[in-house]
Amino acid sequence: MLLQSIWFFLWGLLWAVFFMTDGFDFGVGTLYPFLGKSDRDKRVMINSIGPLWDGNEVWLLTAGGVTFAAFPKVYATMFSSLYTPLMLILFSLIFRGVAFEFRGKIENAAWKKLWDTFIFLGSFLPALLFGVAFANIFQGIPFDGDGLYHGNTLKLLNPYGLLGGILFVLLFLQHGANWLNIKTTGELRQKSIAVSRKIWLVLVPVAVIFLIASYFATDLYANYFKTPVLFLIILVTVIALFATRFFIAKQSFFKAWFASALTIAGAIFFGIAGLFPRLFPSSMDKEASLTAFNASSSPLTLKIMLGVVLVVIPIVIIYQAWAYNFFKDPVTQEDLDMDEAY
Amino acid sequence: MDPVFLSRLQFATATMFHFLFVPLTLGITIIIAYMETRYAKTGEKVYLRMTKFWGKLFLINFALGVVTGITLEFQFGTNWSRYSQYVGDVFGSLLAIEASVTFFLESTFIGIWVFGWKKLSAKAHARVMWVIAAAGNLSGIWILTANGFMQHPVGYAIRNGRAELTDFFAVIFNYHSILEIFHMLPSGLLLAAFFIMGISAYHLLKKQHVELFTKSFRIGLTVGLVCSIFVAIVGDFHGVNVAKNQPAKLAAMESHWETQARAPLVLFAIPDEKQEKNRIEIGSIPGMLSFLGFHDFNAKVTGLKDIPKDERPPVLPVFIGFRTMVGIGTLLIMLTLYGWFRRDKLMESPTYLKLMLFSIPLPYIAIEMGWMVTEVGRQPWIVYGILKTAHAASPIAGIQVLFSLTGFITVYGLLGAIGFYLITKYAKQGPAATTE
Repeated sequence: MLLQSIWFFLWGLLWAVFFMTDGFDFGVGTLYPFLGKSDRDKRVMINSIGPLWDGNEVWLLTAGGVTFAAFPKVYATMFSSLYTPLMLILFSLIFRGVAFEFRGKIENAAWKKLWDTFIFLGSFLPALLFGVAFANIFQGIPFDGDGLYHGNTLKLLNPYGLLGGILFVLLFLQHGANWLNIKTTGELRQKSIAVSRKIWLVLVPVAVIFLIASYFATDLYANYFKTPVLFLIILVTVIALFATRFFIAKQSFFKAWFASALTIAGAIFFGIAGLFPRLFPSSMDKEASLTAFNASSSPLTLKIMLGVVLVVIPIVIIYQAWAYNFFKDPVTQEDLDMDEAY
Repeated sequence: MDPVFLSRLQFATATMFHFLFVPLTLGITIIIAYMETRYAKTGEKVYLRMTKFWGKLFLINFALGVVTGITLEFQFGTNWSRYSQYVGDVFGSLLAIEASVTFFLESTFIGIWVFGWKKLSAKAHARVMWVIAAAGNLSGIWILTANGFMQHPVGYAIRNGRAELTDFFAVIFNYHSILEIFHMLPSGLLLAAFFIMGISAYHLLKKQHVELFTKSFRIGLTVGLVCSIFVAIVGDFHGVNVAKNQPAKLAAMESHWETQARAPLVLFAIPDEKQEKNRIEIGSIPGMLSFLGFHDFNAKVTGLKDIPKDERPPVLPVFIGFRTMVGIGTLLIMLTLYGWFRRDKLMESPTYLKLMLFSIPLPYIAIEMGWMVTEVGRQPWIVYGILKTAHAASPIAGIQVLFSLTGFITVYGLLGAIGFYLITKYAKQGPAATTE
């Protein structure tokens, strides 16, 4: 029981870290057509995440891999049920990745424009679809005891699902704008600061609506009323959200970025805590819901993987933190002139 | 529309396409790390220019390898959910370890290598490439270990309606996986060596950047010669192991129908699966198959007829795939062996250089064919002897898979074309005249 509960928590944590890291890449990519008016500004934006996005994306593979290893039944049922949205996400990520690499390789306006479009779509669509997917998981997914899915992709676009999508997009926009505040200079930076303030004004009401809507559309709050201490998660998230704005006003952009990262982690854990012990609830049949206890791997696999994760993940965090620190300064002309720059 | 068939087609498309990029990444990172270390040690600018030139081609290739790899991890869940539930306890952990232990390292350090030229000393920068090379190849080891489990499952017990892990060390020290590792990773180096030699030959034929490309060619030649021979030797061990563990695969590789001692090796044949015989057979060497499979000319080799019909792999692709791989492998040894004697007279050997230029695709074909033998030869099993492919797919509608399959073919085809166009473009363009 304890082992499975630990794994449930780790599962949530890995998703949270993925959204905290690749989240600002999604945000920068979504802001890209709006803030990047000149070719130089566009390149500054791409190069602001250039050294880091690839490492960030691996958190998705790790979250996926860990779902496979620790909860194979969840991995199987979740990804086959959400077949079409997941494929859309993966194709979007493919396009985003090659767009960074391909864009600067041929000096031609139409060529660049093509990949500009894919940088936007490859960032916006995953942000939206991950939000839609998670909100639907919070509500429950129509599948039966055999893991057979009875819904269709369009039904995922229900009001609460869409609200989740919009919330994710806004969270990542905030996080991405906060990153640009750190990594840009001059006029682009002024624009980015202005945008980061505006996004916040939209994000706050959407977050509030989402918290209220969750009460009516899901049973996430049941755990909260049972264990009121969980409300601290919501409290911390709200504080982080307000701290984001506070630090932007104080021009402490690193702190603002950490605050938006914490907001994202809080949003994920708001859902995770409400789901516990369910990883993939069924809306058709409560008994069919996949939980940390009925869908996990054998104790041996869980123990081995726990050992691996507890040793390796801290090391990953250390060298990724080192890499972040390495590239924390604003993108300069010298950076753009480098042969290898995007 | 059969979702199993479409899912198989989709997985084959995705893996084979992914594997157009992976072996070069595995091999060339080691060679670039060596070149950059030479620069760090000697300070000779030619090694820096080499590093940058091959590095640029590598990065285009790397981007395609990475993005096409993401879909693979998730396809086990999307398309093969019954498989994932059945063996996730063993197989899932290997993929999770691959992502968390090695792929993280590779992806994080690649950013540092690309954007860290000015921020790191030459020595430290070269070390970053060694990390990338090591991480990439270690990733390969975990993936091959996972594949080895599908080929020859060990360290598990069937409990609670699934295969559960009982012995982790048995899984990671699976002899079948170890052979795959020692066959595949040097193949990556071999492919990279031919890639480097072929492109170097192009420039040497044009008599441009002679010093840089002569040095590159000779590095490629040494690596190519050693690896082509090594790959063949391990291949032989691999064959013996397949003969022992997967008799149906061996029989299909050789289109061998009748169980017999002193089994002959047929150089060429046209298998007829309906009539259970070969329509045409050319060049039969008595006892040779027994020798290759068991290192004993008199050993008995099981024929396809003694394997139940529903446990036989498709013969033709396995038979042709195997012959193509071995044929090319032999050719690669001859090409590098000949090159070894011409290594000081490359500029006076235009025909050889031309041959090497046109040989670039050969290791690609050999590697793809090798995987076809491995994977098609394992059929009808998805995990040999314990789970059939037909029982492994997700309970999803065929139409969904048809859509995604169409997407894969269109998108991958397009990206592949652009990727190879860009690699060719930058390969022809040659190194930057001056760096720094």
